[in-house]
Amino acid sequence: MNLFLDALAWIGDPTNWQGSTSIPVRIGEHLFYTVLAVLAASIIAIPLGWLIGHTGRGREIAVGISGAARALPSFGLLFLFVMLAGVLLRGPSTVLVLVLLAIPPILAGAYAGLEVIDRRVIDAARSMGMTEWQILWRVEVPLGLPLLMGGLRSGTLQVVATAVLAAFVNLGGLGLPIVEGIALRDYDRMLGAAMLIIALALLLDALFAVLERYAVPRGVRARRAPELRTAAPRRRAAAETPATT
Amino acid sequence: MTWILANIEQILELSIEHVRLSILPIVLGFIIALPLGWVAHRYQLTRGLILTLVGLLYTIPSLALFVILPPLLGLPFIGEANVLIALTIYAVAIMARSTADALASVDRDIQQAATAMGYSSWRRFWAVDFPLAGPVLLAGLRVVAVSTVSLLTVGVIVGVDSLGYLFTNGYQRGILESVLAGVVATVVIALLFDRILALVGAWLMPWTRVKGAS
Repeated sequence: MNLFLDALAWIGDPTNWQGSTSIPVRIGEHLFYTVLAVLAASIIAIPLGWLIGHTGRGREIAVGISGAARALPSFGLLFLFVMLAGVLLRGPSTVLVLVLLAIPPILAGAYAGLEVIDRRVIDAARSMGMTEWQILWRVEVPLGLPLLMGGLRSGTLQVVATAVLAAFVNLGGLGLPIVEGIALRDYDRMLGAAMLIIALALLLDALFAVLERYAVPRGVRARRAPELRTAAPRRRAAAETPATT
Repeated sequence: MTWILANIEQILELSIEHVRLSILPIVLGFIIALPLGWVAHRYQLTRGLILTLVGLLYTIPSLALFVILPPLLGLPFIGEANVLIALTIYAVAIMARSTADALASVDRDIQQAATAMGYSSWRRFWAVDFPLAGPVLLAGLRVVAVSTVSLLTVGVIVGVDSLGYLFTNGYQRGILESVLAGVVATVVIALLFDRILALVGAWLMPWTRVKGAS
């Protein structure tokens, strides 16, 4: 565990918290890429997902995209885009890759959120005279919010993980201390950075877990019964046997 | 194109290496996740604990995991063991949740019928629950296979030569075709694994074929 103490010492070292190559700067870069990419991906994917979910058209495309995207190696994609765009445009092309990787989970979340809604609820809304626009905004979007948050959660984590690799195209972020550490054979620096990356990912994950919980509309939350197994089937089978015989 | 043709032998060699390295984490992930998923499904107490834990493991970015595993397990930083264990952890993380979901998808009435016919818990699991959970298990395994093949490329950073070698080598030497060939070959292998698993699934579970599900 000595290595971990050394790594913590690296994180705690005051000289690593000042100047243009300090830890806060790296965290800032990492968060900047992440927020930018998730925002851009949301602007594209959320309306598209809602359109697919509301009309029910194009769901094969949504399913296909999210399936195929998993096969794409983000590491290679990063190099490919940076080389295609040229070194001067490596910033925008890296963000473009991050956006492309964030779109499938967000699209799937937006679309699945609308897809799982009980059709009778939407029929009821329509029979009450709601316009399509009202159905979307007042029924489908609120009910689909938890799954959308789930999509944003996995999209964000995907981007955080890929932004680590941005250091390999000289773009900073928390991956850079790892790249430097490999070159300098400085394990404290690598391990310290890895611990910061993990902390950042877990923090963002926790944030979205809270958002997911708050996104459940109040009326739905009150009604939801815990869906857990209570007893072994053998005992259940015995308990559910009618007592009349 | 000329670079690809001139180096086709190396691309094929790396592809074979890539397939070889991918298989172990996928198989191990499935085997380890099966009892974990069962325990998560079976007991209320362990359900939240196990599923939260695997969820957290899955959030760890791959490069960070490659760095943090060696001091934790006393492994060398550079080497296959490091990458294979990390990929197995991801495979278990995906598969444990799938297994719990798969077992939950089995119809209660069928389980009770089996119990009523005198199946012991152990025999019922293998003869009834496991096959009926098959389609959802297979869906999870396909996700595991595809993401393992894709994640393995990052292993080149810690010295494990897979198709990821074509990325770093191509970037450093400015050979676009090398990176492109690596991306295409990785996707092809991932889709190949996916197809093979789907075919094996259709062969092992003939009752799923009727719906025409792939």
